[in-house]
Amino acid sequence: MDKVMDMKEAIKKFVKDGDVVYIAGFTHLINFSAGHEIIRQKKKRLTLCRPTPDLILDQMIAAGCAQKVVFSWAGNPGVGSLRCFRRAVEQGVPNKIEIEEYTHFGMVARIHAGALNLPFIPLRSNIYSDLPKVNPNIKFIKCPFTHEKVSVVPALKPDVAIVHAQRSDKEGNAQIWGIIGDQKEAAYAAKKVILSVEEIVDEAVIRRDPNRTLIHNLVVDAVVEEPWAAHPSYVQGYYDRDNDFYLEWDKISREPELVEKYLEEWVYSVNDRREYVKKLGVEKIMKLQPKRFYSLPVDYGLYL
Amino acid sequence: MDYGRNELMVVTAARELRNGETVLVGVGLPNLACNLAKRLHAPKLVMIYESGVVGAKPSRLPLSIGDPCIVTNSESVCSMFEVFGYYLQPGRVDVGFLGGAQIDKFGNINTTVIGDYRKPKVRLPGSGGACDIAHLVKKILIITPHQKRRFVNKLDFLTSPGKQLKKEEESLETNKEVREIKVITDLCVLSLHNRYGELVVEKLHPKVTLEEVQENTGWKLKVSEELKTTPEPKKAEIRVLRELDPTRIYL
Repeated sequence: MDKVMDMKEAIKKFVKDGDVVYIAGFTHLINFSAGHEIIRQKKKRLTLCRPTPDLILDQMIAAGCAQKVVFSWAGNPGVGSLRCFRRAVEQGVPNKIEIEEYTHFGMVARIHAGALNLPFIPLRSNIYSDLPKVNPNIKFIKCPFTHEKVSVVPALKPDVAIVHAQRSDKEGNAQIWGIIGDQKEAAYAAKKVILSVEEIVDEAVIRRDPNRTLIHNLVVDAVVEEPWAAHPSYVQGYYDRDNDFYLEWDKISREPELVEKYLEEWVYSVNDRREYVKKLGVEKIMKLQPKRFYSLPVDYGLYL
Repeated sequence: MDYGRNELMVVTAARELRNGETVLVGVGLPNLACNLAKRLHAPKLVMIYESGVVGAKPSRLPLSIGDPCIVTNSESVCSMFEVFGYYLQPGRVDVGFLGGAQIDKFGNINTTVIGDYRKPKVRLPGSGGACDIAHLVKKILIITPHQKRRFVNKLDFLTSPGKQLKKEEESLETNKEVREIKVITDLCVLSLHNRYGELVVEKLHPKVTLEEVQENTGWKLKVSEELKTTPEPKKAEIRVLRELDPTRIYL
């Protein structure tokens, strides 16, 4: 079965109204391209899960895609507030959203438990916090072996996980380096997985370095070759985080009209990621190029 | 040398980190203080970021705690589940370095909400890793500007525990071993004191009076019997600090 398709087709095929959607990536490899395509296709009533909603969920909330947000830290990293998220929570604009919040450890433990096909997972946290008072899904149990009190959180099994990676083959064996965050857990926990990559490479490239394959094609349903899918997030070794944009979003997101204008210009009026990148322009693209800094090759050995 | 109060705050916070300690670095001012310490008196400081980077040695000040510059030249990168599961949960992290919107006298922190949780006046980002870190480190450092709206008698929400009081212990108890908690502000340094069972003023920054600190605090402050004055920042500290934040995002 050929899994290679474009983002339009992947979102159309695998994201349904009302789905639980997990867009993976902690600061690194956040799939803005998929998020923008979900906005363009006007998907509704989604439960959006991410430890850090980041700007992509801020934009999706502003566009009216979200019914519920499951998260652990809803800020603009290093900058301040996520203002569209706040408007939805504080004022119900553009629509009221439900929230369900955990600690970071709680969120990544949930998706880890989902990947393991366990019903729940214990962690040593939450006991002295008010979080369990506002989230009935954070519970406490007595360990049946040591009789200690531990907190437990339920497994998270999204309908669809959307992950971005540096490269994969056509089957979807994905290699990731840099911050690996929650990518692997998300892919193994979800019922369907959309994988996008900076480049599709030959199977032989993957096979020469199997330790770097974080996600095996067994769990991958769609493979999308989508360079710059993560901008303004980043891809280690490919392009830098566009910190200027994260700072700019702080200004844009203060005014709903400016957010509308942004969405109109950069999402609705843009057909796909290729057009988005063209619109970004050469200067921006050159500015975000890192200097090269290769690791040394390792010898796997050839056993004949 | 001329310096601002925020600069003194970050320098003083950086000095609380010892060479060789393992620190979980929070976003914002903690990030700045840790990177400053690493470049000055604590080159062997092991910086762990909740994004999964262990032993970071960033070439520039990372704006976020998931920046690519913390990966390049680091000692190890693992998943987020592993950084919490393998490093924090087994007690391998000495210091948790946190910020906070509200702090009470027991060093408890609120980063979740101002007002009622269901009808928030201001919705803050939430726990992130802070609640986990506060449950699991040996020592907590908190860095935050000293304002009455931040230093409150009662938190709107307890996100991350300081002294870890159980419900039945909420009366003031003394002479019980407590873990180390220090709060570094732009006016003073507060420290959780065994004898008092709450935060006490340990150091006053130069030219700051106790009255000024009290005016900006929402509860009646206790003062250490060995109250000291915070040493002025050295030239090198201010120089490196300004190099780290050239566009003044934080200072």
